Amino acid sequence: MSANARTAVLERVRAAKGGAAELAKAASAWGLLPRAYHRDGDLQRTAMLERFIDRLHDYDAHVEFCDDAGLAGAIARALYACGAKRVLVPVGLDVGCPEELERVEDAALRVSELDRVDAVVTRCTVAIAETGTLVLQTVPGQGRRAATLVPDIHVCIVRERDVVMTVPEAFNRLALTTTLPTTFVSGPSATADIEMTRIKGVHGPRTLYVVLEAEAG
Amino acid sequence: MGLSTDGQALDPRTAPEFQTAARSVLNDAQLRKNVRHATTVIQNKRAKVVGELPDWQELREAGGALREHTMKFLDAYLEQFEANCTRAGGVVHWARDAAEAREIVVRLAKESIGDAPSEVIKIKSMTTEEIGLNAALQEAGITPYETDLAELIIQLGKDQPSHIVVPALHKNRAQIREIFQREMHLPHLGETPQDLADAARSFLREKFLRVPTAVSGANFLVAETGGVCIVESEGNGRMCLTLPRTLITIAGIDKVVPRFADLEVLLQVLPRSATGERMNPYNSIWTGVHPGDGPEQFHVVLMDNGRTDVLADEHGRETLHCIRCGACQNACPVYRQTGGHAYGSVYAGPIGAILTPQLQKMEHAESLPYASSLCGACYEVCPVKINIPEVLVHLRSRVVERKTAGLRVLTNAEALAMKTAGSLFRSERRFRAAQRLARMGQGVLARKDGSGEKWISWLPGLLGGWTQVRDLHALPDETFRQWWEEREKSKKHAGGAA
Repeated sequence: MSANARTAVLERVRAAKGGAAELAKAASAWGLLPRAYHRDGDLQRTAMLERFIDRLHDYDAHVEFCDDAGLAGAIARALYACGAKRVLVPVGLDVGCPEELERVEDAALRVSELDRVDAVVTRCTVAIAETGTLVLQTVPGQGRRAATLVPDIHVCIVRERDVVMTVPEAFNRLALTTTLPTTFVSGPSATADIEMTRIKGVHGPRTLYVVLEAEAG
Repeated sequence: MGLSTDGQALDPRTAPEFQTAARSVLNDAQLRKNVRHATTVIQNKRAKVVGELPDWQELREAGGALREHTMKFLDAYLEQFEANCTRAGGVVHWARDAAEAREIVVRLAKESIGDAPSEVIKIKSMTTEEIGLNAALQEAGITPYETDLAELIIQLGKDQPSHIVVPALHKNRAQIREIFQREMHLPHLGETPQDLADAARSFLREKFLRVPTAVSGANFLVAETGGVCIVESEGNGRMCLTLPRTLITIAGIDKVVPRFADLEVLLQVLPRSATGERMNPYNSIWTGVHPGDGPEQFHVVLMDNGRTDVLADEHGRETLHCIRCGACQNACPVYRQTGGHAYGSVYAGPIGAILTPQLQKMEHAESLPYASSLCGACYEVCPVKINIPEVLVHLRSRVVERKTAGLRVLTNAEALAMKTAGSLFRSERRFRAAQRLARMGQGVLARKDGSGEKWISWLPGLLGGWTQVRDLHALPDETFRQWWEEREKSKKHAGGAA
């Protein structure tokens, strides 16, 4: 049945276009497609980071910076500010959470257990200044997708050198890992389904903290 | 209350003509107010974030070219998607039409559910609305839970979607609160949007954690990787894609894109056009099955359901370039007055006016190509540059062709008149003869006004529609051509004499 449907649909497609397409020809035609849009950003480093922070604030996300207390201090400030007690840590995350808080390792926890932690701390692969976006992938330190979804608070560490200006620049950085589960996060969960008013927090984390980690040296 | 859909599915095969349906909506002041408010808010947000990008036109150009390219090589890209998705652990199914797609999804859902309670969680999907999937699931004894806030409002309110991005845009907060109070048994529910969103969160949370089978649509299928991309705001999508054991995704064959990198264009133009955001809160991209992260079973149903008929019409096929942003609906002066239900299809507004009749092989929804003033606002905002007005005009001609095929032209006064006019305009001799005849014929109808101008204020039969609301200038005694020819003749005469 399904094999017949497959043949029938593909035959209809070919009949509609007047012939079968070849992947090799498609590839060379793809290379000639117009792409006159901007690939690279035109802002200096500092201005670009300012843009990133501005976009995050616009989504109602919070931003923490590393001071003398370093990365651990910034993460602690974020967690205390939102009153987290139990903190989920994905496999492979290289920074800890404050001693006073309960640290929960994500060793294939059941969803109901994920639902009982307050916050999750992760890193990200790349961040986009123009759109205020964090790109998370299923790699050590970033957790599986459910880990950054079920807890109500997400603290995401962004290394300054992982911030790019444009969406195409981010896609360049993803070019070798295109088949990993990938999530673009732009601000906390939100909806505008009621009278087009943006309301923060429906099903995903209602609070998003971004901790900007400055370059070493 | 105006045009209530009363849980009756929007079916173009049985829906009344647009003009008839629109008339009853126009009396619903509340609905019109809600629609106008929502579409104005989105339009303003869109204009702001689109204005931020200096390369917006280049992005539209790239988006349009990319979609056109995809359709040209569609069969190759579909096969490539199938091969890569299968290699990554997904199972690909094909469906010729809505019935076949429903049957596949229901069967897969039943297999996944096994002895568990018969329920599935759903991500908002216009494709599942198009095929009436919820009704089919219910008939099979499976309860579908819509998890998108707007779709939940529609489902609990036994209503129908009226917009492709914000399906409940015709309801205001008071109406939504009433539905939630009644259906969620929350008599003391507050009335702020935040209260309503919180109610939805707790109503659905338990279902996300419990129900092991999910059904979704798709925004994009990536041929190069076999990946699927879903764009959303609330996190309900991520819940459905990530937590269940089985995920069943249904997508039209038009949703394929060649390469992963192509998303760099589409993920820029879609959110800005759809909700007026620089990026929507969540985009998920996944490929097949990933051990330790997400569903263990992943199915994709590739559905035709009339799309190849659209592809076969070289003037109509750009309709398939649509990425379902809804910007044309918000911009359309007709949609902004009537809302979506009058279109009698889940695809309303300008894109619905061209997509619905074509998906119906032009056998139904023939009134939709006329639901437009051809003002061009839809083309202006389309992120992939679909020339909707041009397709509308093309479809109007297809409607006329159908109505006037063979002997039918003799029974249709308008068609007969148009055919006659066509024949007159094609020949100078016939045209001049007609002008002479008309000048003779208008004698009894034309009346001079104070300044000696001649006017016709009454015409017989069909033509009376014109003179009902305005006078018609009478034909002059001499046409421009006659005057010119006389002038040339007398000049030559005078020149020859000199």
